[in-house]
Amino acid sequence: MTPRTLFDKLWDAHQVKAETASTPGVLYIDLHMVHEVTSPQAFDELRSRGLKVRRADRTLATLDHSTPTLPPDADGKRPYYTKEAEAQVAKLEANVREFGIDLMGWDSPQRGIVHVAGPEVGATQPGMTIVCGDSHTATHGAFGALAFGIGTTEVGHVLATQCLLQRKAKSLAIHVDGALQPGVTAKDLILHIIGTIGIGGGTGYVIEYTGEAVRALSMEERMTVCNMSIEAGARAGLIAPDETTFAWLKGRERVPKGEAWERAVAAWRKLPTDEGAHYDREVRIDASSIQPSVTYGTHPGMVVSIHAPVPAAADAVEQRALDYMQVTAGKPMAGEAVDVVFVGSCTNGRLSDLQAAASILRGRRVADGVRMLVVPGSEQVRRDAEREGLHEVFRAAGAEWREPGCSMCIAMNGDLAQPGQLVVATSNRNFEGRQGKGARTVLASPLVAAASAVAGRVADPREYMTQEAAA
Amino acid sequence: MSQTSQPLTYVHSRTAVLRNENIDTDRIIPARFLTTTERTGLGKHCFEDWRYAADGSDDPAFPLNQPAARDCSILVAGHNFGCGSSREHAPWALLDYGIKAVISSEIADIFRGNSLKNGLLAIVLSEAEHRWLLDNPGVELRIDVAESTIRLPDGGTIRFELDAFSRHCLLNGVDQLGFLLQQQDAIAAYETLVEKAA
Repeated sequence: MTPRTLFDKLWDAHQVKAETASTPGVLYIDLHMVHEVTSPQAFDELRSRGLKVRRADRTLATLDHSTPTLPPDADGKRPYYTKEAEAQVAKLEANVREFGIDLMGWDSPQRGIVHVAGPEVGATQPGMTIVCGDSHTATHGAFGALAFGIGTTEVGHVLATQCLLQRKAKSLAIHVDGALQPGVTAKDLILHIIGTIGIGGGTGYVIEYTGEAVRALSMEERMTVCNMSIEAGARAGLIAPDETTFAWLKGRERVPKGEAWERAVAAWRKLPTDEGAHYDREVRIDASSIQPSVTYGTHPGMVVSIHAPVPAAADAVEQRALDYMQVTAGKPMAGEAVDVVFVGSCTNGRLSDLQAAASILRGRRVADGVRMLVVPGSEQVRRDAEREGLHEVFRAAGAEWREPGCSMCIAMNGDLAQPGQLVVATSNRNFEGRQGKGARTVLASPLVAAASAVAGRVADPREYMTQEAAA
Repeated sequence: MSQTSQPLTYVHSRTAVLRNENIDTDRIIPARFLTTTERTGLGKHCFEDWRYAADGSDDPAFPLNQPAARDCSILVAGHNFGCGSSREHAPWALLDYGIKAVISSEIADIFRGNSLKNGLLAIVLSEAEHRWLLDNPGVELRIDVAESTIRLPDGGTIRFELDAFSRHCLLNGVDQLGFLLQQQDAIAAYETLVEKAA
């Protein structure tokens, strides 16, 4: 048999009908995750056609984007940013009742950002196809699942038929050799990769991340890497499942138990790319050369090592990006004055991310004039962090400890920066106005974010880590 | 879906040009307008943070506010249009604004798929063809969906790639959900096969 890639195997296993020259393939979807922002029009479409949800048991909803991260008042009223946000959440609550879908809602101890909570409950498993009306669905590829974002029309397609009309993408292997240095994280790795292949470098491709440095990543780190595949234009990012994957999943609520678990693991072991399989394109990255990295412009492909000079603008558009960011070509990002620090999001809102930020903040203070927001990715992350006392570390340092949600990553719930403010953010997009009109975003790891909060300037976390090691 | 049931055969218009590369979907429709539960009415917020001055009036510096660009239904945009968020609100906003076709040298995958499902033509041209259109704003084009061609003012034509299924759906107003619903038997057979194997 022809050697196949992980992507080939996932694709082949979900073909209800193969694609032809005149029609796309019909691809079966194992798990459909739903949130309040991209689903209401799809449910309306089902209602207008008198359709049911074909597989409510393969559909899982959560509340994350429009939800406030401040607690309810004494009367239990949640501080929604707008009436529309509140109505949108109420609409999803009504839709899941009407169509019989599980919701990790306000009363659930499992509620969280869709790409944090889904894996936590074990809904995300190797070998699956997973979609959501959300481009960061690529996150779930960390488990060896083919996971990608879709639009609202397609949300309707999956609700009604559990299928999508799809043509197969091309495959891009990114081999990461060597090992990441101390203080250099999965976030720095993916920023470096996007900076290398470019913001459109993955358009038309599904990426598979392979190599020694990828194998060494924890599941949470793998999710950080796959999460940002879309920032290079790739709809999906994949990492082959291995012992790290199985150990992380075992015992979670929605994964198979007992003998069924053993059978599932045996099947998952067959998923990794066969020796000699063909990729349409391959790129090699040397992990040991990567430094803590940040963005300097207005898209996630404008990446630079923290101490390296910001590159000169190649054209008027890049110059406009530098002007918007108020950064100067030839100067490094380290030292740029910071107004706001945001730790959270589906990229870096998991327990290990909060532990990393806390390791810098412990016994230190957020600099005067800097506002720092720490937003756990889910209720589970919040509980785990509070059990370790991380919330006390953040509060003692002067940071705000919030309730779970997308928060300032997409800034549609009222958590936003003011015009002109510079935000060091652990999220995934630094587009103009993404974190508030006129706000300037610098994407960074939780370590860089915490170090920058303490310094009041974009800062290298290794300076703080060295002090600790010396003490 | 039912919104695409209007057949689209030709788009005939002068072009409006946004030269910027990497125009992301946050730029097309900022996230704060995503709390809507409707598909309609987003046109007034299309390019919101780019097109209005601080006092809410039209910013004359925004290229689409220039008199020659008004009422154009073909948008020629810089490389990698529609990157970022998967929000279908982006093509909804463009359509509601009056855009019927977007042309670039690269268009992000999710945005392109969303657009075609809503009857917004998303056309990728070679760099040279794209460069010429960027450098000649306001030219009158006639886009023929059936032929997959763009007729230039001098009578020349440019061919573009449009997959057969998308073309069929656009020309006939065919609704893709209807097509999928016709596959129910195959879907049920697949489910039986897979669940038996598990």
